[in-house]
Amino acid sequence: MPSEAETEVSVPVGSDADIIIARQQGRALAEKAGFSGSDLTLVATAISEVARNIVEHARRGEVVLRMIHQGDKRGISIVARDEGPGIDDISLAMQDGYSSGKGLGLGLPGARRLVDEFELESSVGVGTTVRMKKWLNSHRSVAKYR
Amino acid sequence: MRVPILKQGGYLIASVQSALTDRDLLDLRDNLAQQVGKFRSRGVIIDVTSLDVLDSFAVRTLRTLAQMIRLRGAETVIAGIQPEIAFAMVQLGLDLGDVATALDLEEGLVLLERRTSGGGRRAKRSGN
Repeated sequence: MPSEAETEVSVPVGSDADIIIARQQGRALAEKAGFSGSDLTLVATAISEVARNIVEHARRGEVVLRMIHQGDKRGISIVARDEGPGIDDISLAMQDGYSSGKGLGLGLPGARRLVDEFELESSVGVGTTVRMKKWLNSHRSVAKYR
Repeated sequence: MRVPILKQGGYLIASVQSALTDRDLLDLRDNLAQQVGKFRSRGVIIDVTSLDVLDSFAVRTLRTLAQMIRLRGAETVIAGIQPEIAFAMVQLGLDLGDVATALDLEEGLVLLERRTSGGGRRAKRSGN
């Protein structure tokens, strides 16, 4: 994939205060990447959902934020990674309204709707990685689950 | 970050000043439910004008808060949801159910006045 990392921020996530730090860092980086207005809110909200997923299910992990290029497209990549219990049934976890935690069950499926690309990779006992991308001036949505 | 709660007549006004952790939100919920009794308030306004994110946890907590306040016999109005946040909430599939909302604090007060038929103060406790 011809994407190139330019600026990267890694935020360790281990408490609800870290959720705020992660989304504030994400908003700042997205602003640097050229996003504005409601796109900044969408990025920050998506980060909030995946970071909370880490705190609720794995206790700790990290959120890595990166400015990306692909051809003449510019955007931001958000990777939320943990070594928690993993997700047994991914399609169930991605269903609206399903929750094993204290949320509305809208966290991951909600985050998917806020970004352009969404990939969820999880193995029981190994951990979970969520990869999201949001491109400038693009509003299509692609989702992959493994 | 603790949310300051102001008492204005028969109403309580909680002005959220900065980003709230999950713990802060739960504390706000519990404090308001308690203070509605302490001050015998008829209405509560939560001013979220300065918030830049309302995610699924925050929305769920605000809904629970409003339900608790209703069970305590008072009304809740969420004021000042910014347009970007409204858009993100719709994208997320979140709504506040039947919780009343208002454009800003001023409109929130007007709405409360109407819903609690003015005054805002409850009957005085007898023998108090």
